[in-house]
Amino acid sequence: MARRLPLIALGAALVPVLLVLGPILATALHGGGLTALRGSDLQALWFTLWQAALSALISCALAVPLARALARRRFVGRTVLITALGAPFILPVIAAILGLLAVFGRSGLLNQALGGIGLPTLTIYGPHGVILAHVFFNLPLATRMVLQGWQSIPAERLRLAATLDFDGAAMWRHLERPMLRATLPGAFVAIFLVCLGSFAVALTLGGGPSATTVELAIYQAFRFDYDTGRAASLALVQVALCLMAVGIGAKLSAPAAFGAGLDRPALFAPSTRLAQWADAAIIAASALFLLLPIALILWRGLPALATMPPMVWQAALTSLTIALGSTALTLTLAMTLALHAPRHRWTEGAAMLPLAASGLVLGTGLFLMIQPFAAPTSLLIPVTLVVNATLSLPFVTRLLLPEIHALQADYDRLATSLDMGGMAKMRFLTLPRLARPLGFSAGLACAFSMGDLGVITLFSDGQTRTLPLAIFQLMGSYRLDQAAAAATLLLTLTFGLFALFDRIGHHAGPR
Amino acid sequence: MRRSLIGLAFLAGMATTAQAEDTPVLTVYAPDYFTSEWGPGPQIEKGFEAQCGCDLQFVAGDVLSRIMLEGKNTKADVVIGLNTDQTARARKTGLFAPSNEDNSRLTLPIKWTDDTFVPFNWSETAFIYDKTKLKNPPKSFDDLLNAPDDLKIAIQDPRSSVSGLALLLWVKAVYGDKAPEAWAKLKPKVLTVTPGWSESYGLFTDGEVDMVLSYTTSPAYHIIAENDDTKAAAIFPEGHYFMAELVAQLKSSKHPELAQDFMDYVLSDDFQGMIATANWSYPAIIKDGFLPEQFADLPRPAKTIFYSEDEAEALRQPALDEWLAAFR
Repeated sequence: MARRLPLIALGAALVPVLLVLGPILATALHGGGLTALRGSDLQALWFTLWQAALSALISCALAVPLARALARRRFVGRTVLITALGAPFILPVIAAILGLLAVFGRSGLLNQALGGIGLPTLTIYGPHGVILAHVFFNLPLATRMVLQGWQSIPAERLRLAATLDFDGAAMWRHLERPMLRATLPGAFVAIFLVCLGSFAVALTLGGGPSATTVELAIYQAFRFDYDTGRAASLALVQVALCLMAVGIGAKLSAPAAFGAGLDRPALFAPSTRLAQWADAAIIAASALFLLLPIALILWRGLPALATMPPMVWQAALTSLTIALGSTALTLTLAMTLALHAPRHRWTEGAAMLPLAASGLVLGTGLFLMIQPFAAPTSLLIPVTLVVNATLSLPFVTRLLLPEIHALQADYDRLATSLDMGGMAKMRFLTLPRLARPLGFSAGLACAFSMGDLGVITLFSDGQTRTLPLAIFQLMGSYRLDQAAAAATLLLTLTFGLFALFDRIGHHAGPR
Repeated sequence: MRRSLIGLAFLAGMATTAQAEDTPVLTVYAPDYFTSEWGPGPQIEKGFEAQCGCDLQFVAGDVLSRIMLEGKNTKADVVIGLNTDQTARARKTGLFAPSNEDNSRLTLPIKWTDDTFVPFNWSETAFIYDKTKLKNPPKSFDDLLNAPDDLKIAIQDPRSSVSGLALLLWVKAVYGDKAPEAWAKLKPKVLTVTPGWSESYGLFTDGEVDMVLSYTTSPAYHIIAENDDTKAAAIFPEGHYFMAELVAQLKSSKHPELAQDFMDYVLSDDFQGMIATANWSYPAIIKDGFLPEQFADLPRPAKTIFYSEDEAEALRQPALDEWLAAFR
């Protein structure tokens, strides 16, 4: 096949590239050029790097046994649980912090229990608290990525393994290790980059300014020092880190190359009682860790649900509109980029770039770019839609990539021999085989857009507001109960959409 | 499918910006909380439109950032809701016109001489506690510094928050050269530092901290809106740091007379009489009946501290460095 430059992929790649680099350039120009970093910025950089690396490492390490347990066991409510475990990833940050504190805080359940039996209490505030919160947020993402890997091992390979009487070590060597080699580096890079942009979580749970991240340094450059040049420099540092991480991740990952199967139900060899109990314990502990804080958020919000001002419902409608539109856009861009990624590595880099984007620089830069041509407030909804779509692009692409690698390796020759191409290939081969990751991706993109405060504070016209902005406004005017209720509404709606798309994908999948 | 959704989104955006054609439009930039249903925005709009024969339109968001990014091309006629720590930067833009207001009418606890930025409500920083949970609150700033370390407080980061910056200046004003020692004593009691006020206050109402950095007027909300008189501000004899919200008009306004009318309206009885419960802070002009009884009964500090714009500007960076050094 000729290695022509695919124009359509180039067009799709331009969206994230322009949206990330354009605002940095505009911000730098506004500040009269880039400004040098300071000593405190380098400290922030160091803290950001190590907490992100450790958070990603722990999330991935915990995701492997959890995903394995979920892949091996069948129990009532399993699919519901798998969907529910995705919830932390889609929580609005402030709600998640208060939920975590309800469990791990000074007056949280854990310390009440410890105090009740006479043990010394624990404090969550410090670097360990930051990492705990990041694992809480990102373990679901890592688990789903790895679980997808397990589910993509063809049943025939598992049967063969059972026939050959593989022990644990042999399973590991021939099936699990190659599968993890294909999925883990990508999951690590994605989580590392999410944690790189951490701001409120890091500061609040970090307990003080020693937990300063690059994003907070950017905030300081804008708000305290009025130095947009330095903000742009810091944003560029984030982009450089992102590209390096993606490069290293791509080097480390290798396709699993199991070959195509016949989509028969997976069959894991019967395991020992001990292994069964271990899996049950892992699943139960993870469910408790991930779902208890969420249950407490819902519990706190429910009583005030009826007292919410009408504006909250209106905001919910706006958020839904934006979320559905941005999901469609994300999927289109991600499919275009991911389908070209195996032959053109640069599309992957372009798709991951938005992970490095600083929300503040993005909003400010876009404002500066739009302002000469139109009133930014009149473009509030389209801008939010496109920004949200771009911000979820990395996750969706990351989820699709391993599947597309496998798909092209397993079926492209067959499709070519059948002279199947264009729309027919898309309809009968690509879309059905990608249904599962596409459904999950759509759910994720939708949830992401629902929960994102995004660029709205600079573009807001005072009347149109999204649900996260409404929560922010309620909290800012002492109405914390109503804010909690609005957060419950946000969580319910978001999770509903996420579950809906996830189930559609599950049912449409061939397996 | 996608196209129709985007179309829908556009329509939703257009509908909200639609306006009557003949009446002049006065554009007022305001903070986010202003324009929500419970904010002061809707009342102000109704009150002013009843007398001006114009259409007042609020644009809500990060006010000063927006003005600075727009520069001379700004659509704003008036800006409301700037903070006292932003005046230096706002003045430097050269975009603002004199207020033409008589500052002697103001009833602030400090002397206000600014000829551009006019305060419309004010309060002071204070630590808020729950009377039912904290039986012996600190009686002074010294008391707070010397309190046992299991008294936990939440404060805001001065790099990202107005109230956090006010705390820096407050400590500097009370302790001067001894500020580093004061921070060292306070540090073990600071459970955490949050990026903004909302997160801190959430920690306090959820019972995670005993005291939170907020405002002397915060209890008024709980007493009047929630019928809850358990929240109180700890009043310190060393004094409390003054914070006001300001209004100013822009030189580039297309309707300078309307803008001036709005400035006058801000100091009118109509506006000043409703701002206490609309914004949970003291009006800039207090007359009989402007404050609900429970609001007027709030304990007041004997001393109010305020640095002039230039002093605050000079102190900001060194004070931040001291704070960072103490907390690292």
